[in-house]
Amino acid sequence: MTDYILYPGCSMEASARAYYDSLKAISKPLDLHLKEINDWNCCGATEYLGISKTPAYALIARNLALASNEADGTRRVVAPCSACYLNLAKADYYMREQPKFGKTVNEALAAGNLSYTPGSLEIRHLLDVIVYDIGLDVVEKNVIQPLTGLRVVPYLGCMVPRPDYDHRFSDHDYPVELDLLLKALGAEVVDYPLKTECCGGHMPQISPSTAFEMLRRLVAAADEREADVMTTICPMCQLNIDGYQGEMNQYFKTNYHMPILFFTQLMGLAFGIEPKELGFGLELVSARNVLDTLGVKAPPETPPAPPKRPRKPEGLPMPTPLTKAEIEALKKEVVK
Amino acid sequence: MTDAPLISSAPVSDPQPIEDLTLLKEVASRTAGVSNLEMCIQCGTCGGSCPSAGEMDHTPRRLFAMLRAGMREEALKSNTPWICVSCYHCIVRCPQNIHITDVMYTLKDMAVEAKLVQNSTAPDFSQTFIDMVEEFGRSFEMGLASFHYMKHFPFRLANMMPMGMGMLTKKRMSLTPTRIKNMKQLKAILKRAKELEAKQ
Repeated sequence: MTDYILYPGCSMEASARAYYDSLKAISKPLDLHLKEINDWNCCGATEYLGISKTPAYALIARNLALASNEADGTRRVVAPCSACYLNLAKADYYMREQPKFGKTVNEALAAGNLSYTPGSLEIRHLLDVIVYDIGLDVVEKNVIQPLTGLRVVPYLGCMVPRPDYDHRFSDHDYPVELDLLLKALGAEVVDYPLKTECCGGHMPQISPSTAFEMLRRLVAAADEREADVMTTICPMCQLNIDGYQGEMNQYFKTNYHMPILFFTQLMGLAFGIEPKELGFGLELVSARNVLDTLGVKAPPETPPAPPKRPRKPEGLPMPTPLTKAEIEALKKEVVK
Repeated sequence: MTDAPLISSAPVSDPQPIEDLTLLKEVASRTAGVSNLEMCIQCGTCGGSCPSAGEMDHTPRRLFAMLRAGMREEALKSNTPWICVSCYHCIVRCPQNIHITDVMYTLKDMAVEAKLVQNSTAPDFSQTFIDMVEEFGRSFEMGLASFHYMKHFPFRLANMMPMGMGMLTKKRMSLTPTRIKNMKQLKAILKRAKELEAKQ
């Protein structure tokens, strides 16, 4: 049994619902026990850090303090979102690196009767936990439906392999953890040199031209390598590549169709879990081709319409519309 | 990157003495952790690693030289921190272990404070995002997106419609915000944090 404290983050309940659903679905076969931090708050993403230092870190540290209060036997916190993971890891690391700063953050926390001892929790990303704690052998044992013939791009984005304060990943630019995991699922892994390039982060909201160029590079590179699907470990990457692909296509007058799924969705599929339970169909660039390649029945695109109320057979007799011939006959009679 | 000369041809009114590192020290002290900013050897690895350097008016390397030279106004007017996408390529490649991304966050904060931000919608976006977090304890994508696009990109709304509708019908975006239970505690913590920040 593997116990972790879970910090889901805001996206997991909204735009990355498929990530949360599929994570819950694969937890059981992996014997992964996740306990959500009670009443956690937003980590501030990349927005608060650029506004004001102490409040930004106090916002993050409230979650660390709540997590350490609840820690019951385990000190390991897992975050599936890259930005959340980095923020938690960063707050912990800087509070350790500069004790004076740690003291200031704790002074702020004290206003809410909380405190956090830097270094007392182990902050981990979900991919790291699955590959290094649970192990690829366990993953492989759970594969019922190998992803044979599916060409998958492993895309990690920035914030997990970098800065990687505690050196948990094999490389900053070309880490292989996700590749190995996909191989364990039986997929054909695409050699994708842009695997840790930036998806643009918040740029679609700030400087669309910058963002679209970054997205175009990623999608074009996946398309050139004849990938069936991209897979990611980050809600922001998924949202940008999935949600803004249409607008990017309009901007460059291109016609790319490159679906992107969370790695947990592909794991679930390989574990033989129903696509509907894994959040399939929630993506805007349809990943139907993935299911077709594997011969898995796709969930209905839209929820089926409720059945119409059956008409009572003994209802009042209703007039039936007249046929053309009857109308002609009536006309003739009227003329007479 | 523009080719504009770093120093205008007009005589500089009050040149900073070479030892005056007030600005550099201020930026370093306002950055979380140990920034190592003063250790920059001007190698340029940061700019060479940056995916968005092409749109920056100064590369990070040049910006750090400006900080050392005490060019406060020029440095805080730079679009560089606003174009930074927080990808951390520069941080892991910097031979001097300078926390470059975090220095960029500090420069954003200082630019807003000095009212030197040049036409960027970024500070507004960050502020709206944070206003919602301070109100609900959670981010609120629907509120943020609609507010920000209406204000800054009204002409993009037509192109955005398919995405917005898709996100709503697939329930990937909620029409109503989620609020944490103990907002009182969070507000007290943030209030104290702001007081502490002002004292520094």
